Amino acid sequence: MIFAPLVAAAVAAFIPSERLLRWWSLIATLAIAVGSVALYTGFDLTTHAFQFVEFAPWIAAFRINYALGIDGISLLLILLTTFIMPLCVLASWKYITTRVKEFMICLLVMESAMIGVFSALDFVLFFVFWEAMLIPMTLMIGVWGGPRKVYAAVKFFIYTMAGSVFLLVAIVALYLWDPANQTFSIPELMGRPYSQSFQAWIFAAFFISFAIKVPMFPFHTWLPAAHVEAPTAGSVILASVLLKMGTYGFVRFCLPITPLGAAYHAPFVMWLSVAAILYGGFAALAQSDLKKLVAYSSVSHMGFATLGIFSLTTAGLQGATLVMINHGVTTGALFICVGIIYERLHTRDLGESAGLGKFAPVLAGMVGLFCLSSMAFPGTNSFIGEFLVLSGGFTVSTLMMCIAVPGVVAAAAYNLRMLQKFAYGSTKNPDHSGVPDLSAREIFALAPLVIFVLWIGLQPGPFVDVMKVSVDHLVQTTQAAIAQAAAVAAQ
Amino acid sequence: MEPIHDVRLLAAILAPLVGAGLVMATGRKPNVREACSLLAALTLFGITASLVPDIKAGRMLTYTLFELLPGLSFTLRADALSMVFALAASFLWIVAVFYSAGYMRGLHEHEQTRFNTCFALALFGAIGCAFSNNLLTLYLFYEIVSVGTYPLVAHHQDEESYEGAKKYMVYLTTTAKGLIFPAMVLIYVLSGTLDFATNSHTGILPPDVHDGVVTGLYIACLIGFAKNGIMPLHSWLPSAMVAPTPVSALLHAVAVVKVGVFSTVRVMLYVFGTDTMGALNLGMPTAWFVSITILVGSIVALSKDNLKARLAYSTVSQLSYIVLGVALLTPQAIEGGLLHIANHAFSKITLFFCAGAIYVATHKKNISEMSGLGRTMPWTFGAFAIASLSMIGAPPVAGFVSKWYMLLGAMDAQAIGIVVVLLSSTLLNAAYFVPIVYKGFFGKPAIAAGHAAPAPSHGAHGASHGGSHDHHEGEAPLAMVIPLCITAAISVAIGIYPNFFLQFVQAVVK
Repeated sequence: MIFAPLVAAAVAAFIPSERLLRWWSLIATLAIAVGSVALYTGFDLTTHAFQFVEFAPWIAAFRINYALGIDGISLLLILLTTFIMPLCVLASWKYITTRVKEFMICLLVMESAMIGVFSALDFVLFFVFWEAMLIPMTLMIGVWGGPRKVYAAVKFFIYTMAGSVFLLVAIVALYLWDPANQTFSIPELMGRPYSQSFQAWIFAAFFISFAIKVPMFPFHTWLPAAHVEAPTAGSVILASVLLKMGTYGFVRFCLPITPLGAAYHAPFVMWLSVAAILYGGFAALAQSDLKKLVAYSSVSHMGFATLGIFSLTTAGLQGATLVMINHGVTTGALFICVGIIYERLHTRDLGESAGLGKFAPVLAGMVGLFCLSSMAFPGTNSFIGEFLVLSGGFTVSTLMMCIAVPGVVAAAAYNLRMLQKFAYGSTKNPDHSGVPDLSAREIFALAPLVIFVLWIGLQPGPFVDVMKVSVDHLVQTTQAAIAQAAAVAAQ
Repeated sequence: MEPIHDVRLLAAILAPLVGAGLVMATGRKPNVREACSLLAALTLFGITASLVPDIKAGRMLTYTLFELLPGLSFTLRADALSMVFALAASFLWIVAVFYSAGYMRGLHEHEQTRFNTCFALALFGAIGCAFSNNLLTLYLFYEIVSVGTYPLVAHHQDEESYEGAKKYMVYLTTTAKGLIFPAMVLIYVLSGTLDFATNSHTGILPPDVHDGVVTGLYIACLIGFAKNGIMPLHSWLPSAMVAPTPVSALLHAVAVVKVGVFSTVRVMLYVFGTDTMGALNLGMPTAWFVSITILVGSIVALSKDNLKARLAYSTVSQLSYIVLGVALLTPQAIEGGLLHIANHAFSKITLFFCAGAIYVATHKKNISEMSGLGRTMPWTFGAFAIASLSMIGAPPVAGFVSKWYMLLGAMDAQAIGIVVVLLSSTLLNAAYFVPIVYKGFFGKPAIAAGHAAPAPSHGAHGASHGGSHDHHEGEAPLAMVIPLCITAAISVAIGIYPNFFLQFVQAVVK
């Protein structure tokens, strides 16, 4: 599964024609997407244990193993990745005209690394994939990006590398904790009786690394730069999958390995999340660049994800996982739409694209649906995610939720503002007559996302069921650890 | 009372939705397009009417569309309260289809397909609200109404309409997102469900919730459904009057604002319940709070010369009657308030229809220019007079019945202050409606400067050449005049035979 995209990339290296290359990448990513459905159908909904486990010794001297396995949460994220990739190929069909081969190879290598991150059960393996993902992404921004591509690529690289260092420190510290039984195995590292202060430190290291990736306020500044400069496919991958690595890290490592650290820092992280929701929302409201607008909305949405995770409740975590998926679908779709607008008008300025909807009604309809989804309109996917996150949050702190509410309002404001400008504009709109509406390829790229928006919005059952057992188990063990520590402290 | 699963509810909300789709698809052929609107409206009314016997028999019908999570679903329900609103809205849609065809064609408006599509979408939202079984479904359809009506308010696409539409959106979505959404989440967290109670007394909140939280939620809901036009969040409504008149008529006298009050009332009675409201003493403060709107709205209406603006403030004032009636918490007051949903709908739509007919026939918007128009447009002004009487609350027109019940209820509650409010607002209503009718019939026709005064003997036709617009004088097209006569006639009919709607509202209070 992980190596299929790599193989496809290797094959792509030998394909001479650009046209053939595009088709090959599309077929390869589609085949992987279809293949990944088998993971879903073969998934056992009744257990929280890791499934589809693969194990092989790798570097025996350091007890590093090649260990893979997934639970309900990672399954959803892997499916998201595999489904997004063909759309990325479609979105870069015409956008990428130079170095097509290298671009497609980058895409496919990315896919391998991303699936690897979501399924690694060994810390070193995880770290390898984590870093491996960084390189093609940096290349994508730096080579195929906009005018300030080098600046954005370097900023992206430095931020994430800095985060990775903390991650590495935390991993080594965990490895050395028990001299008798040193291991990098993630499941084995969970639930060990680390001391409270040790957990707090490990959590802090994890937190910095993952918070940069999410990106949480105030580590978010690389994101708008990277999004604005990245090509469409890059933005989509960045938004849909890469940002989820951070939140996935919280769920996979912070909660089970350092539950006390998480509990200790949770109020702080929740306040940061609320800050992100507000800041992202209002910053998005002030943007006139469409990509920046969507980028800041990402900051806001991811704030909901971290808020849900650190409410440490079942509803919150379920909601957070749904927000991750929804953000992947909706924001990915919005970036594709922005890319489509850019291909037509060669500008991403909101004012310049005002009134375009009149000449491209299908595009306007699509943008409209995704905007509604982004503002958590009931019946679309984001609604159920935000609903669960807030209901989880309300059980923890009513005050905090009330403070977060203006962020929800801001989401409505910036999305409707964008939609209004785009569909209507004002009395003096630039002349867009002759701008073509969506082509079949573009409709094909957006249609699956439309389906997911409505499917998750109206029937979230299948998605919730998949993660339910994993989330329940996670919350139970975390809460049990916290309760136990409290009991010990009380004695 | 066990709810009965009934697929007709699904059909009811699908009718306007499918109608919207057909209208969009057949946009190139105006006659086919209007036929689609009409067909959808007739279907909707037919289905709604077919529910009447079941509801009369005391049954409650439900239909689950989507189950999201336990206690969280999109579910439809028809009960007595739904019927009051659904019957009025679906019937008035039929009338409005004719009227708007006449109006839009009469003025050669642009984008008529978009207009008709959004019209049907707004009805979809309104009917959905009427048939909501829980707060989530109500919220969904409430938001659909907001989004679906934006293109209608911004229809003219000039500076003024963009401004009005922006204000409209800002007020309505901010309150919905900022107050209703969090309130809804909190209610879900507290009670584990959002389904409305099956009676209007108990509510769904568990008894151990802190009083302060319940009060906070209640205030959030009362203000949050800003479509109800309660001051201070009312000013979107006059701004939205930039829309074409059929929109103002159906949406701002019936669908949109009625969605607002209906939602408010639904939540007051079926989420909080009269018992809770009584126990926490929420009723009387609410009644006083909306009394401010009733009086101030009427006074502002007095100052408006633009006919639609005057009607808009009259709506603001009249909507609060409904909330006031319910807030008094006595059975008769609640009956009167709920009855006013239907009564006000029929009368107010007549008034707006008349305003539109006057505009199409004479291009006049201001009351001061309407002197003597009653002579050239007797049917229009006759209907206007009848509907005005209903607004004032004179027997035997519809408004009298609801005011009568409200007054009885207010006396029952021994709220003398509220009685005074009701009576003085009646005076105010008379003060801003009677002059229009009086001038229309007895005032001298206005004469544009620069034209010779027509000889009195020329009568109606002489005046036509004195106007600044060269179009035919006399009544507006029949497609507009007949609907407004029908609604005026119904206003009288339900004033004389109030039992049809009364039986439903009595079932609500039981």
